[in-house]
Amino acid sequence: RVEGSEEDGEAPVPVTALTTLFSYGLLFAFGHFRDFFRRILDAGKSSNLKGYAPICLGYEDFYTRRLYLRIQDCFGRPIASAPDAWFDVVERHSNDGNKTLQRTTKTSKCLNLGSYNYLGFAAADEYCTPRVIESLKKYSASTCSARVDGGNTKLHTELEELVARFVGKPAAILFGMGYVTNSAIIPILIGKGGLIVSDSLNHISIVNGARGSGATVRVFQHNNPAHLEDVLREQIAGGQPRTHRPWKKIIVIVEGIYSMEGELCNLPEIMAVCKKYKAYTYLDEAHSIGAVGKTGRGVCELLGVDPADVDIMMGTFTKSFGSCGGYIAASKEIIHHLKHACPAHIYATSMSPPAVQQVISAIKVVLGEDGSNRGISGRI
Amino acid sequence: MDMALPIVNATTAALARVSAAFNAPLARAVVFGVHIDGHLVVEGLLIAVIVFQLSRKSYKPPKKPLSEKEVDELCDEWEPEPLCPPVKERSHIDPAILESAAGPHTTIEGKEVVNFASANYLGLIGNEKLIDSCVGSLEKYGVGSCGPRGFYGTIDVHLDCEAKIANFLGTPDSILYSYGISTIFSVIPAFCKKGDIIVADEGVHWAVQNGLYLSRSTVVYFKHNDMASLASTLEKLTRGNKRTEKIRRYIVVESIYQNSGQIAPLDEIVKLKEKYLFRVILEESHSFGVLGKSGRGLAEHYGVPIDKIDIITAGMGNALATDGGFCTGSARVVDHQRLSSAGYVFSASLPPYLASAAVSAVNYLEENPSVLANLRSNVALLHTGLSDTPGLEISSHVLSPIVFLKLKKSTGSLATDLDLLETIAEQVSSDGL
Repeated sequence: RVEGSEEDGEAPVPVTALTTLFSYGLLFAFGHFRDFFRRILDAGKSSNLKGYAPICLGYEDFYTRRLYLRIQDCFGRPIASAPDAWFDVVERHSNDGNKTLQRTTKTSKCLNLGSYNYLGFAAADEYCTPRVIESLKKYSASTCSARVDGGNTKLHTELEELVARFVGKPAAILFGMGYVTNSAIIPILIGKGGLIVSDSLNHISIVNGARGSGATVRVFQHNNPAHLEDVLREQIAGGQPRTHRPWKKIIVIVEGIYSMEGELCNLPEIMAVCKKYKAYTYLDEAHSIGAVGKTGRGVCELLGVDPADVDIMMGTFTKSFGSCGGYIAASKEIIHHLKHACPAHIYATSMSPPAVQQVISAIKVVLGEDGSNRGISGRI
Repeated sequence: MDMALPIVNATTAALARVSAAFNAPLARAVVFGVHIDGHLVVEGLLIAVIVFQLSRKSYKPPKKPLSEKEVDELCDEWEPEPLCPPVKERSHIDPAILESAAGPHTTIEGKEVVNFASANYLGLIGNEKLIDSCVGSLEKYGVGSCGPRGFYGTIDVHLDCEAKIANFLGTPDSILYSYGISTIFSVIPAFCKKGDIIVADEGVHWAVQNGLYLSRSTVVYFKHNDMASLASTLEKLTRGNKRTEKIRRYIVVESIYQNSGQIAPLDEIVKLKEKYLFRVILEESHSFGVLGKSGRGLAEHYGVPIDKIDIITAGMGNALATDGGFCTGSARVVDHQRLSSAGYVFSASLPPYLASAAVSAVNYLEENPSVLANLRSNVALLHTGLSDTPGLEISSHVLSPIVFLKLKKSTGSLATDLDLLETIAEQVSSDGL
């Protein structure tokens, strides 16, 4: 059992809850009031887009217009330096009540607690950056073609082997963006007649991938292996909806660290349940790869799960390795199948070569293969 | 006859007795002053029988939920399919491994070959200015941006790039995405929801189709690049449907189709759009930086004012020799995406060095419009050179930078066609191509 995974957040004191809801309700009512008057005033005006349905119908953008715009300056703050430990935040001001924000040239130096720079590779690094610049000069910023057409360089094959070795699986495949990895891979692995059981707090890329696959999707309570077991038993016994034919296959999708809660997944118990019911497992380690575990190999190392038990391990390079892109590591047959069937591999531009080199260098530092002991001497 | 007569007599006598009994008034059966006839008794009995039957519970087979042991047995018996189908020998793709930049000449396995496979339309791979701006960015900002746009992943080069592209195209604003294909399949679901109508070309590529599927709207396809088919589809959809204010309607086309190399006739599309009140989503990945006198895309090529097209998206992985994508349109269109486009909000932003590469690429294009003339003469040269190859014909538009070679006569099955094309490709690659 992982410590801390059972702690509930404290329930808010009733007075706090009441006052928060009251403030929100007040803003809500005020917004509706203003909308009402806006509609009366605008009825007389004509616009040149008469006859077209508006971009947002009815109250679809009520939240944006009336509530979000008030606090818009808290989000999307531009920075003028690398997202390192200390960075420069650009100050903005507004002339029209926060509807639009203009940049100024003033910046303020702030301590950065907001970026995904887990291992410190975000800024220029003494080992990585010279190699990245060298690869930029050799291979240029982009390959302008898909992996199968002419975008496959030596760097890509090297990184695939390195990632597979790092994670502990036989083979791996790369993609240029983490979001696309999930939404393009899940439809290839499972289709109509299959069942996807996913954690209730999974990331939207997984939700989109599951929806795009055409399989039936069931949700189990967050990090609750007992509920997962109940759902699996019920579904296997019941079969496909309406026809009750047996399912073709079942995939259970969980994440290593949940980005919105910061909790670890209850992996050993979920793996035990999946093994018992012969379901395949898909582990999304976007936040945990490189960041947890004694040598940075992710949630499997931290919780003592053998990587060979997890069928498919997915991760991204954006967080711990300071680059961009995603990968999938699995057995040789699955990767071979993905390389021939995945549209994101066949049609999309391959990963940018300097980004590939950055990940190679970062993994080498973490593994200690760069000749220094920065990787071994704890979190950098 | 002799035997029938007594039977008939007996039956008649019986009937006479029964009818007499029924018709005889029961002198003592006077209840509450109402005279009860015999037939009333029978009717009363019938009603009692009916009420009795109705009041009895109907026979339903009892519902027995599965017991734990039965569920266990079912779970043990169930066998899943393997996660991936077995490896088929003939579907083996072995991409070439490049050992240098994917420019016009590249090295594969130590040999120098001419590169016809990458979408490096303007030859910007290896361009000095681009590389210098990238190096500057790398030293200042590092490689990745380590955050989504909403939470300190917005770097000033992103804002500069958006302003530059909007300026170049003449639109109010633009928005950057971190990956080429994710642009279109995030934009379409952001604007089209369940219940809306989309009219799309049959030949749009995979990312557009994925976006159309994710949007859950009603999608109607028209024949590839056929304006008459588009007109009749629009007519059919709008005939009799007067509620235009409530349903959003879109036409989705690509400027240069990735799957066929044809160019969409924008002026006719705009005429149809204004007649039937649809909005246009134009996918310009392969025409941005290629078509038009100064490379501003399909709208400049046809002389259509840019504000007539509602949404323009493009991936920057082609002419601009960088990665990522952008979307542009009116201020309302762009603002809406900043909160409701999944690929923008829930994903890390574009690496800053790629954004600065995009800025330098657009600057280069503005300063040296001669690269477009170079591109066009190259394409024309290729067309004249390949047009008299026996057995193959060029099926793409004469201005399209993607050249499609089709077999003039098919051998009859897809498998042998693919084999033939493989042999041609291998032969050509051994000659240094």
